[in-house]
Amino acid sequence: MGLALLAIIWLITFFSTYFFVAKTWWLPVGASAAAPWIDHQFALTYVLMGIVFVAAQGSLGLFVWQYRDRGSASQVHYSHGNTTLEVLWTVLTGVLFIGLNLMGSSVWASERFEPAGPGAVQVEASGLQFAWYFRYPGADGKYGRTKPELMDASAGGEAAVGLDTGDAASKDDVVSGTMYLPVNREVDLALRAQDVIHSLFIPAMRFKQDAVPGLIIHMHFKPVQTGDYEIACAELCGLGHYKMHGMLKVVSQEEFDKWLASKEAEKQ
Amino acid sequence: MASTEIVHAHAAPQGFIRKYIFSLDHKIIGLQYYFLALIAVFLGMGLSLLMRIHLIWPTASLPIFGDIKPETYLMFVTMHGTIMVFFVLTTAPQGGFGNYFLPIQIGAPDMAFPTLNMLSFWTTFVAFVVLIAAFFVGAPLHGWTGYAPLSAVPSSGPGEGLGADLWITSIALFCAASLMGALNFITTTLDMRAKGMSMMRMPLTCWAWFITAILGLLAFGVLAAGGILLLMDRNLGTSFFVPGGLNFTGQTSFPPGGFSPSTDLVKHNGGSPLLWQHLFWFFGHPEVYIAIVPGMGVASQLLSTFSRKPIFGYRAMVYAMLAIGILGFVVWGHHMFMSGMSPYSAFAFSIMTMAIGVPSAIKTFNWIGTIYKGRVRFHTPMLFAIGFVSLFVSGGLSGPFLAQPVIDIPLHDTAYVPGHFHLIMGVAAIFGIFAATYYWFPKMFGHMMNETLGRWHFFITLVGTYSIFMPMHYLGMAGQPRRYSQLTEVAYLHPLIPLNRFITYAAIVTIAGQFIFLFNLFWSMAKGKKAADNPWEATTLEWTTATPPPHDNFGGRTPVVNHGPYEYSVPGAPRDYIMQNDPATAPVH
Repeated sequence: MGLALLAIIWLITFFSTYFFVAKTWWLPVGASAAAPWIDHQFALTYVLMGIVFVAAQGSLGLFVWQYRDRGSASQVHYSHGNTTLEVLWTVLTGVLFIGLNLMGSSVWASERFEPAGPGAVQVEASGLQFAWYFRYPGADGKYGRTKPELMDASAGGEAAVGLDTGDAASKDDVVSGTMYLPVNREVDLALRAQDVIHSLFIPAMRFKQDAVPGLIIHMHFKPVQTGDYEIACAELCGLGHYKMHGMLKVVSQEEFDKWLASKEAEKQ
Repeated sequence: MASTEIVHAHAAPQGFIRKYIFSLDHKIIGLQYYFLALIAVFLGMGLSLLMRIHLIWPTASLPIFGDIKPETYLMFVTMHGTIMVFFVLTTAPQGGFGNYFLPIQIGAPDMAFPTLNMLSFWTTFVAFVVLIAAFFVGAPLHGWTGYAPLSAVPSSGPGEGLGADLWITSIALFCAASLMGALNFITTTLDMRAKGMSMMRMPLTCWAWFITAILGLLAFGVLAAGGILLLMDRNLGTSFFVPGGLNFTGQTSFPPGGFSPSTDLVKHNGGSPLLWQHLFWFFGHPEVYIAIVPGMGVASQLLSTFSRKPIFGYRAMVYAMLAIGILGFVVWGHHMFMSGMSPYSAFAFSIMTMAIGVPSAIKTFNWIGTIYKGRVRFHTPMLFAIGFVSLFVSGGLSGPFLAQPVIDIPLHDTAYVPGHFHLIMGVAAIFGIFAATYYWFPKMFGHMMNETLGRWHFFITLVGTYSIFMPMHYLGMAGQPRRYSQLTEVAYLHPLIPLNRFITYAAIVTIAGQFIFLFNLFWSMAKGKKAADNPWEATTLEWTTATPPPHDNFGGRTPVVNHGPYEYSVPGAPRDYIMQNDPATAPVH
């Protein structure tokens, strides 16, 4: 029985570790400026936790087999513990966990403590059951007024976010179901939700943030690679949660300007 | 504190109803809790099976249920989580085994407040009935965390009407019941210990139940308050959790389902959705320790007993549990890193969360240290205790990923999270319950459980649960969001469907394996080998009394305690264990 336990525990440890090391399933390729830093902290945590995992499971399996009952009370080393060891592993795990945390905190700070820098692209993301809409403020740099009573999701576009066309600032606002961003430029993203909590999740950008009714939450990130990236909703928002998805198209600055101009032209 | 003149508070009842239904006897109440949890766990497990089947065969029509719609799937999600967390993981380890064995292990004739104890169980029972009633009116789809405004506005989806009201009422009732139970456990532990049973001679199971009761006392009151406020938002027009200007027209454009939300603007103003999250998680995080700490106590007790060796670092184990309990109250914000809460507070919550890894690691080291140079006997309860340690390590080590806000960005609300918490507070806690069942079954029912069936049950469950929950970590890394009823809509999820299929197959095998346990449980009650009073050669007081224990636990005797709880293989002793009430002349440690 001891040998069976040893085998099972070691096999579980081997398979669990194998798929992590082989990266059979892994984070999607990162395409934002912060992705390498987040991935680095992720990998570092993996290595350290992996060592502890293998050591703990390995010794558990080994000891239950090695110290199986051989029929004699004299095999037992009578002991109530060892204070030196207790202090040692308390300090070691304390240093490991707190140290790891402090190493990752600078990335967190750069992502969330500071607002977007000057010159960032302004985009507003609105979540509603069950779609994302993206609004660009236009040449005036100002978002026009929206009103809850004007929101009509079935009409889509401007009506879906309840844009008040009577407001001068809304005249040049562009609302799109697809998010366009220029490459290598930071985006200042304002997140809103019109009914329940949603969460804008762009795996390739290593971006996730809840959109909360009643709050406008400003976040920023910088795409560094052109391409199409999927957007999902990560916070349970109702029966259509699983199909609340969208697309981010990261394009060159010229293409972005062209797209925005064509959307403006459509409005006229 | 301890009294030598304890008179049992009530005489043994004669009638069936007073003896088995409205019983004041902590042992009967413990069994009532246990069987309630048993019904609940099979129900919750059935729901998880339906979810797994729907995830990989979304268009399949099931017998009885017919087509599973997205909202049906989310109702299963809600009910599975609520049933498992409240009526299994809180009910069985604490209400079940705690009720039965805390008084006996400390040498008391009953709980301090037998009537309150009865009331606590029956309130839990009513809470369960109210929750099940939600199935018949359409259960809510807001998940066990019930985030507002989804949970606060009936227009937000099917099941968010009467079903959600029943759900909240059930939880509020459960809170009331748990508060009664917690008071009882704390008073009993402090006031009813036998002569010589100092706090530092209590078995670690008693420490675990005691600390769990304190956590319950402090946590359930907050959830009850949150639940009442939510009911008021829903029914009395208050706005604690709902801000102004919400518009629920979105769903009208969603094709089938037959649900048409009110297109009126919701009449609320000034509420905060984040307030609900703070109240919920102030309860919710300690709740995971309410689920797992009793398992820690059981694992400690069993590893020492079946390794025939004193527990490694008894005091360190007690302090570690206390530290986990205290730190458990200051880490709730780690569930909210992506919620829009201040990023500065995320930093503070993160440090506290990482710090909780330290006492958890101490416990793990001490469990392994207990086995080291011991003499391990592989009875079924011991197998589950070893499995508990393995799962605790695996589930514990995925925690420091989620605890770092920066890594939480890609992992939050993905399948990684259910992978993590199922391993540690789900499966590890369930292993604690299984270990306790196999260990105390002889004392409770006078028969031994079948060892061969027990071993089959253990290996199927260990390999099966790892096969289910370890791959969820991989899915989460690849970005699969949790609570998706189908994986067909988002293109990057398509390559993950084969791994999901593997998880479903593993779940089917694991669930089938649980019927071995169910059979063993009931078959052994009638046909199991007759149990001796102390079949495991253990030291704590429940093994000094008759099997099953008499109404007043010790048959008119009051035990006197002379030894610590884990005196195994003491050099020079006549046998390899010294029971807690053995005469003091035996070597004292």
